Amino acid sequence: MEKTLKMIQSVSSSCTKIDAADVMVSVDKKDLHKVCEALYKDGWDYLINLTAVDNVENIEIVYHISKSADMEKFMVLKTNTTDVENPIIETVSDIWKSANLYEREAYDFFGVRFLNHPDMRRLFLRPDWVGYPLRKNYDNTPNEGIPSKVHDMDACEDVPSITLDRHGEIVENHTKLFGKNEYVVNFGPQHPSTHGVLHLRVSLEGETIKKIDPNFGYIHRGIEKMMESMTYPQMLFLTERLDYLCGSMNRHALCMCVEKAMGLEIPKRAEYIRTIFDELNRIASHLLGWACMCNDMGSITAFIYGMRDREKIMDIFQETAGGRLMVNYYVIGGVAQDIHPNFVNRVKEFIPYLRKMIKEYHTLFTGNPIARGRMINCGLLKKEDAIALGMSGPNGRASGWHCDVRKIAPYAAYSEVDFKEILHDGGDTIDRYMIRLEEIEESLKIIEQLIDKIPEGDFRAKVPAIVKVPAGEYYQRVENARGDFGVYLKSTGDKSPYRIKFRSPSMVAVSGLDPICRDTKIADLIMIGGSLDYVIPCIDR
Amino acid sequence: MLEVGGILSWIHEALSSSCPEWLTLLIEYVLIGVGFLALYALIALILILLERKVCAYYQCRLGPMRAGFWGLLQPFADMIKILMKEIIPLLKNDKFLFFTALFLVIIGSLCTFGALQFSKDLIGIDFNVGVFYVLAISSLGVLGILLAGWSSNNKYTMIGAMRAGAQLVSYELSSGLSLLTIVILGGTMQLSGLIEAQSETWFLFQSPFTWIAMIIYLIAGHAETNRGPFDLPEAESELTAGYHIEYSGITFGLFYVGEYVNMFTIAGIGTMVFLGGWQPFHINAEWAAGFNGVMDMIPTWLWFFAKAFGLVMLSLWVRWSFPRLRIDQLLHLEWKILMPISLLNMLLMALWVAYF
Repeated sequence: MEKTLKMIQSVSSSCTKIDAADVMVSVDKKDLHKVCEALYKDGWDYLINLTAVDNVENIEIVYHISKSADMEKFMVLKTNTTDVENPIIETVSDIWKSANLYEREAYDFFGVRFLNHPDMRRLFLRPDWVGYPLRKNYDNTPNEGIPSKVHDMDACEDVPSITLDRHGEIVENHTKLFGKNEYVVNFGPQHPSTHGVLHLRVSLEGETIKKIDPNFGYIHRGIEKMMESMTYPQMLFLTERLDYLCGSMNRHALCMCVEKAMGLEIPKRAEYIRTIFDELNRIASHLLGWACMCNDMGSITAFIYGMRDREKIMDIFQETAGGRLMVNYYVIGGVAQDIHPNFVNRVKEFIPYLRKMIKEYHTLFTGNPIARGRMINCGLLKKEDAIALGMSGPNGRASGWHCDVRKIAPYAAYSEVDFKEILHDGGDTIDRYMIRLEEIEESLKIIEQLIDKIPEGDFRAKVPAIVKVPAGEYYQRVENARGDFGVYLKSTGDKSPYRIKFRSPSMVAVSGLDPICRDTKIADLIMIGGSLDYVIPCIDR
Repeated sequence: MLEVGGILSWIHEALSSSCPEWLTLLIEYVLIGVGFLALYALIALILILLERKVCAYYQCRLGPMRAGFWGLLQPFADMIKILMKEIIPLLKNDKFLFFTALFLVIIGSLCTFGALQFSKDLIGIDFNVGVFYVLAISSLGVLGILLAGWSSNNKYTMIGAMRAGAQLVSYELSSGLSLLTIVILGGTMQLSGLIEAQSETWFLFQSPFTWIAMIIYLIAGHAETNRGPFDLPEAESELTAGYHIEYSGITFGLFYVGEYVNMFTIAGIGTMVFLGGWQPFHINAEWAAGFNGVMDMIPTWLWFFAKAFGLVMLSLWVRWSFPRLRIDQLLHLEWKILMPISLLNMLLMALWVAYF
């Protein structure tokens, strides 16, 4: 880490180290692009997250970076601009492809414009929205800022960008997204196979896809903004509304983030229960992902089979926690209540049952010649592209990228269990398909190891009545069913956070649709969408 | 004894004894027309229930259970519902073609259905070029589907219609060629003649090449009915509903009924040309005379419907087990695999007929 710091300092004199424990480096915005380029050359090729924070006197951009070859390395890079009225910062989207959408998001919520970014449209809000809602001075009285005129869809096709001209002056450019003669079809927001209210604008040539432009925001609820006025225990309930299929894991991330910040010691029992719940949730999510992908390919029977077995997990959840989809089980310091007396037995019955069923899935669907013909060599994602897009999780592992947070930075009880990180190296649709079924088996293995060893004791630590997180910045990663889910938390020591941001692995997956699907057929777009297994509420937040 | 021929001739005699000849014919034509329409609707209802129940059992569900005993009244409830639904008019489409398309589909389906020979006596039309008629009239539906997709003025229906055009026209080749293979074997184009030629042994057991022709016919016929894994024109998860997105209420209902009856018609034609139509199963040997006698006791219309519904069940089985093909794979299957095989098969069948 010292070496990296020295390397950065050699590039930029303005670099200062802020935090002793984490490597948190601040860089002047003039040197940002240079520093990022140097970091990228040094192997820091995975931009985990990019977020903006409004500190009133300045606007800060925070980059969380890691090395794809050595995922345990983690650093935070910061830069800021004091020009709050018209903040402009150089883009890093030419270095890390994944920055593209993050920077658009920062523009949408904070009004930070990125120099040389090819596409400075709003990401979630309408193009004619007034103001930047996550700014601290934003007037959020109802109906303020909501445009009254009828929204013109053509406005979405206007792509603004800012560049410097020869004299160093900033010029604004406008281009059109699609040519006049392109055959553009809207997939969604109401479409059976976009897995939610995703809107894809697809340029077609016959049946062949030429370009895809994802359009988000149809289920944007402003969760990050809402959380800024909530207490920490209240916030937990919203985390499960992000990616509703792996709600427990998202909640786990926020719980751990707060617990670590407060220095809380979690009872062993709670950690075990959480791990088992996480894995059950992962199985449920993968089953649904598998089922929906089969449905996308036209095999409705497989869909029903997947849903049927997922239902069994929902029943187990319901018995202990009361909830089925949104379990609402974890709280800060442990879990809400002890496990149900039947829990252990039912989980033990479920493990052999699911193993048998997975065999059936393989005979029913995996071996099917039509399914194999559709999936093999279709929708290739190379490892370099997966890293450049930041596509972690099962999708990244299908391309051969070792990126399982459970292995890289073990949390809860993952360090005590023996499991394999499934890696494939093909990167095509069948790899993404197989990896989910194989991960279910690994998850079953994890549960099998833990279920008999749940230690006696408290299920919840003693937590102060009013949870206050000490001032500072925290970042917690978990591996949810779709990949590297992260919580960035900035606290001023208050009972609600100053800024909170979730890293959505689904957003990354959707950003990969365009490069993966070019020159494939419409049917492949649907199938690849199913294989990437994104959940829209997690993208829109 | 259970044949319907007796009732038909009794009606004919009763009418001709009391009416002049022209009136008798007129009344009989009307009665036959109404009878066919009623049978058409009845088979559609049975197939809808069958599909819902069978698919439910494949998927470990029960299917409709509430309307009537074991859900038997479900298709009637569906029918009443669909009749009462509003037909939503579109603002910018070609209204004339939009509704013409619908009638083309239903007329094509009904006319092909009319060519089926349900039993020894229950025969609607029997041309001397029956096979030719079936091939010609069944392609009317393609035109309807193309027009439906085009006139809806919607990008999805357009893609669906183009897919349908490519798919149906291609697969008609294979199904036509395999029917022609049988025409070579039977030596006639008349459907009743073909069935007559199977009174001793079904065509299926007369030549090994009939098996190949039948398998190709079943694949191609399945593709012609737009059902999975060949349901690309509808492709629920891709094109939402393909060419009939913009049709609502009974206009959609007619497409739906047409599709189901087409499935039965394809099975019925397959029954007639490969499985002996209404002919009972006979073993062509001396010792089996008793067995053949027992088989003859079963009424011929029962034989026909049993065989046809057997093929329908096969189609349902395939429909609910396979995922969908992609358009290029679909055309590859037809033009590079099925069609060369059927051409070769036809040639071999001709040699078989000439030398055996």
